[in-house]
Amino acid sequence: MSPPGSSVALAVRGLRIAYRPGHPVVDGVDLTVAAGTLTALLGPSGCGKTTLLKAVAGLLAPDAGEIHIGSGSVLGVPAERRPVGLVFQKPLLFGHLTIGDNVAFGLRMRGLARRVRRARAAQMLELVGLPELARRRVGELSGGQEQRVALARALVLDPQVLLLDEPFSQLDADLRGRMRELLRTIQRELAITTVFVTHDQAEAVEVADTIALMLDGRIEAHGPPAAFYTHPATLRAARFFGGTNEIPGTLTDTAFDCGLGRLLVGAGGRDGPGVLVVRPEALRLRVRAAAPGAPANTVAATVLGVRFRGTHQSVRARLPGGGTVTATVPPALRVEIGDEAAVQLPPAACHVLPTEPHPPGARAPATDPTIESERSHA
Amino acid sequence: MRRAVGSGLLAVGLLAPLVPLLLWAVAGEFRYPALLPELSGRGVRLVLDPAVRDALLTSLGIASAVAALAVVLGATAGRALGLYTFRGKRLVQFLLLAPAIVPTLAVTLGIQIFFIRYGLADSVTGVVVVQLIPTVPYVSLVMAAAFAGLDVDAEDAARVLGAGPVRRLLLVTVPAVRPGLVVAALFAFLISWSEYILTLLIGGGTVRTLPLLLFAAIGSADLPAAAALSLVIALPPLVLVALTSRLLTGRTPAVVGFGRL
Repeated sequence: MSPPGSSVALAVRGLRIAYRPGHPVVDGVDLTVAAGTLTALLGPSGCGKTTLLKAVAGLLAPDAGEIHIGSGSVLGVPAERRPVGLVFQKPLLFGHLTIGDNVAFGLRMRGLARRVRRARAAQMLELVGLPELARRRVGELSGGQEQRVALARALVLDPQVLLLDEPFSQLDADLRGRMRELLRTIQRELAITTVFVTHDQAEAVEVADTIALMLDGRIEAHGPPAAFYTHPATLRAARFFGGTNEIPGTLTDTAFDCGLGRLLVGAGGRDGPGVLVVRPEALRLRVRAAAPGAPANTVAATVLGVRFRGTHQSVRARLPGGGTVTATVPPALRVEIGDEAAVQLPPAACHVLPTEPHPPGARAPATDPTIESERSHA
Repeated sequence: MRRAVGSGLLAVGLLAPLVPLLLWAVAGEFRYPALLPELSGRGVRLVLDPAVRDALLTSLGIASAVAALAVVLGATAGRALGLYTFRGKRLVQFLLLAPAIVPTLAVTLGIQIFFIRYGLADSVTGVVVVQLIPTVPYVSLVMAAAFAGLDVDAEDAARVLGAGPVRRLLLVTVPAVRPGLVVAALFAFLISWSEYILTLLIGGGTVRTLPLLLFAAIGSADLPAAAALSLVIALPPLVLVALTSRLLTGRTPAVVGFGRL
């Protein structure tokens, strides 16, 4: 097997799927997943991510586009012969079979001998941490155990691509965390190319090598999790991850003219009108009036609100010109409403992104940054 | 303990009506004030008659065929009703149930002409077809309930694991709705088993099932014959219910009766 990341295991090109003519659910998706990596397909409910997954599995026929697994197109291959494994939201175990027979179901479909099936099923159950359960019946297991059996059942055929459709969303938070770790361990051990559908941004960040953010039937941005915080590709991607501060203005090279005067920003922005985004945890807030000789991009601010979050505090501050920003400060910092403060926007953390043209019917962006900040920490 | 009492009561309730039948079946002379009848072998001999044996076989054949066909047709309709919402679903539901609401006789009288025209009258095939009218609605209802509890995604799960349409049906769907299938087949069998008027109308007297013999015996006021025939009619369904309820739940038949129902 080739080392992870060196080759493409799954490639989707120009995929379009419409349940009703003229209303595509998947609207021109391009997605490349490197071999051996785990990609989270992240998006709000109804964005088309499950539809995309079903098309890859062959359960839905796309209206246009291409799907390649490994070296060739799989569009002509029916679902029962595609080299994919699929785990649904629910375990969907076959109630009349034992746990072992559930895991071995795919091997039985391939016509393998019972002895081989038993041995492979036992191996898989051990892999997911459920040895000795092969003879149990489906109803005797907990939800988390059932989902692990479903994972073993999908892995037993040694698929080239493992597809997971919000597999842990019906488990409670504590168990979900442990299941994510288990999945990550197994995925690394087998070096299996995996696509993990989720609507939970924290889950995606925790589990994935790369995140493909899907909005309104399109891939909005695709990159490593950290990039969504440090270098968001689009304004909508930055907003989906929440909490970001937005300052409208005009960019010229690395100089951004806005209501706060001229700010320095990181390179790579497109000249012209845009929105400066900077995450609250990148801001440096000091409780004292801005003094001459302060670092670049330091602006005076008045503290409007403080919220204690346990591991940190969220400080909302009014900027000159009426805008507000949210900054994250250490939990022990003494800061009170009405304090004069100096807020520095480190240029490397400031990115100017083009304003979105809002297509009709698209959700309007939140205009009040405080709402955004509340959402991000909720 | 309470369960034992309950099943005992149920068994008594089910079997008590059979006692007078049993007495009449072996009766020769049975007049007031005699408590027990004078024994006679006539009832037993009558039951062993080739005509009764033929009628038993005809009844078994027709009821089995009706059960099988009704389950295939009704399960198909029930799947659509149980799993999907579609335009006109309520209308389809009503139309499916209509034969169970409208007296079957009225329906049959209306379509008897077609049975004659297509050569189905006076034949076993015709009787099987006409008995689908009262059975398919019940099967559809039972199967709609069974399919409503089914997660169709399980079929997709099986498909991704390499199961084609036939194996998905046989290895995933049928086992998942099996209790419903058993109950529906049992219903269809029992309805067909005791059907008299449709058999007479379409069979024209040439298709002789057990109920036809029974009605003839009652009509001629031959009580020992009627009692003996009644026992022959009553026993197969009892055996069938006992077998299937065991199949449905794995527990003793008296406790669970109709299994899930």
